[in-house]
Amino acid sequence: MHDLQCESLVKRFGAYTAVNSVSFNVPRGSFFSILGPSGCGKTTLMRMIAGFEAPSSGDIRIKGKSVLSTPPNKRPVKMVFQHLALFPMMNVGENIAYGLRCRGENKADIGGKVARVLDRVGLPGTEHKQVSQLSGGQKQRIAIARCMVLEPDVLLLDEPLGALDLKLRERMKIELKQLQHQFETTFLYITHDQSEALLMSDNVAVMNAGQFEQIGSPQELYNNPKTGFVAGFVGDSNRWSGRVVSLSEGKVRVAIDGGGEVTALAGDNRIAAGGSVEVFVRPEAISIGGGRDEVLGGTVESLLFNGASSRILVRMDNGHLVEVGQAVMDGSVTVSPGEKVQICWSQLHGRAFTTAR
Amino acid sequence: MARTDVGKLSFILLFAPFALWIALLIILPQLGIGYISLREKVGPGEYTFGFSNYVAFLSEPIYWNTLLRTAWMSILVTAMALAVGFPVAYYIAKIAQRRSRAALFLMCLIPLWVSDLVRAFGWIVILRETGLVSSLLQKIGLVSGPVELLYNDATVVMGLVYTVVLFMIVPLVSTLDGMDNSLIEAGYNLGGSRLTVFRRIVVPYAMPGIVAGCIIVFMLTAGSYLTPILLGGKNSMWFTEQIYEQFVTRYNWESGATFGVLLLVFTSFVVWLGLRLTGQSLASTVAKD
Ligand SMILES: Nc1ncnc2c1ncn2[C@@H]1O[C@H](COP(=O)(O)OP(=O)(O)OP(=O)(O)O)[C@@H](O)[C@H]1O
Ligand SMILES: [Mg+2]
Repeated sequence: MHDLQCESLVKRFGAYTAVNSVSFNVPRGSFFSILGPSGCGKTTLMRMIAGFEAPSSGDIRIKGKSVLSTPPNKRPVKMVFQHLALFPMMNVGENIAYGLRCRGENKADIGGKVARVLDRVGLPGTEHKQVSQLSGGQKQRIAIARCMVLEPDVLLLDEPLGALDLKLRERMKIELKQLQHQFETTFLYITHDQSEALLMSDNVAVMNAGQFEQIGSPQELYNNPKTGFVAGFVGDSNRWSGRVVSLSEGKVRVAIDGGGEVTALAGDNRIAAGGSVEVFVRPEAISIGGGRDEVLGGTVESLLFNGASSRILVRMDNGHLVEVGQAVMDGSVTVSPGEKVQICWSQLHGRAFTTAR
Repeated sequence: MARTDVGKLSFILLFAPFALWIALLIILPQLGIGYISLREKVGPGEYTFGFSNYVAFLSEPIYWNTLLRTAWMSILVTAMALAVGFPVAYYIAKIAQRRSRAALFLMCLIPLWVSDLVRAFGWIVILRETGLVSSLLQKIGLVSGPVELLYNDATVVMGLVYTVVLFMIVPLVSTLDGMDNSLIEAGYNLGGSRLTVFRRIVVPYAMPGIVAGCIIVFMLTAGSYLTPILLGGKNSMWFTEQIYEQFVTRYNWESGATFGVLLLVFTSFVVWLGLRLTGQSLASTVAKD
């Protein structure tokens, strides 16, 4: 059963198409993210679902029923806004009670419900605080509580962590996921931050220029990207452009611009000999030394220490800079800047995609 | 040490014009008026001091009736200016496209380019017995003879609303402009109807602007002179007219000053009462946090 279904949604602003035939289904109780760069149409898509924009064509169904003719204040979807939009003239309790009062529930029930939802988001007894007295993370949770108290079918979240500082963002990611578990509600989450999307979601749709490039689980997107855009956008990747030399059994031999040849898996079926492609290899797939099927030479340029995600930057002989992520700085590989090294990876970890025009 | 001296000096230099302006043009004259209102002429060049002028005011119903009537009509004008100004301000701040906003705002300012006096005569040209409206009504056949639309309360109120509505619109636009659209959208999203969103979100948010606009408009109206006299005629019974008469026609400065003080005190009292009744405070209006 799907809580939310979108079918060939299109939104045009004049001649500009902000959302271009987007279709997806969100299963009940799952955490679905839409990941894309700034300006790709994420907010526009969400505003159509919330009813603030009318689609140019296509259909939106919630629990199987089309909601196109339902006004925004009657739709069973609630939204956490990018800047939260807590009402500054009301205190925390009134903010949460607002929706219940709009529904015309009686006073006695409202008090109990507000107290219960505050309890669930971990802020019991804060009814009488002013919104301005809350910290960023607390505001976040109030904004979610304000929606969840209405028991929506789908909760829409538009980059809700965008305004928080880095530390808090890391913590809220985990908290959001836990809240979603607790409420067992369908979350539709928008972000341009791939680590948020990968960490929290059951499914992620990668969006680019108004279209969905790929929908899949975080693992699928990371390990098995279907387009060059997804390969480049999800996770870190080394990217080289080059020309196809030969193609056989799903493997491509690519001459990299600047020199050197590598073999990689063919990522799409438009690849043809002589065509221009981009090769993607993740830093953690590359290690220093030899012994695997793809080997290139270069010079260590610098060491970037960052705990578990430390990197070695290697300037290859063909001029490209490569990030090497495997077995760094644990002492097993000792390199220093200026040293000549070889880097290697397995063919299975390289992926070639036709260059987008 | 030297730094703080420089800071002090620049503070004094910056503050001086403001302080001088307040002291010379507002406080001193008012003190003078207050002083004159307390003296009574007993002979040529001989004065005593006391509240006799105020007693005289209270014992003459026509005087305090005029004051009450002026206050009451000013409240009416303020309410109407709010009713007319709010939708206009909302349109300019929230609905109009960014590009047309400046143009609309400028259009609201156009009436200010024409002097008060000329504007009032403009109304007279339109509304008098031989004026535009009267002849138009006759031509259509709605009325048989010429109609006089001047010299009644409705015309005075309308003229005043027209004159002051701008001072309602400006503070409203600036507060509404600062309101994040997502507050309104959140209001709908959480299930609010148009009325609920307006009543519980837009109005409370705009309250500082509403209060500021109402105070300005009320004070301007209660103290206005030209519009009520020209549109309302000799019988308009506007309190400023009484003040003018005491000062100029009767040359009774003592009584004129008394009326002046009473107008100030009474309008301030009405503003205070209004703030109390709506649960607003002046501080939160001026210094919005
Ligand atoms: N009302 C509108 N009129 C015209 N163009 C619009 C309108 N709303 C959005 N757009 C355009 O649609 C495109 C997508 O906007 P949208 O706000 O959906 O981007 P986004 O993916 O949410 O970006 P961000 O991550 O920066 O929030 C943008 O190029 C924007 O200029
Ligand atoms: Mg956005």
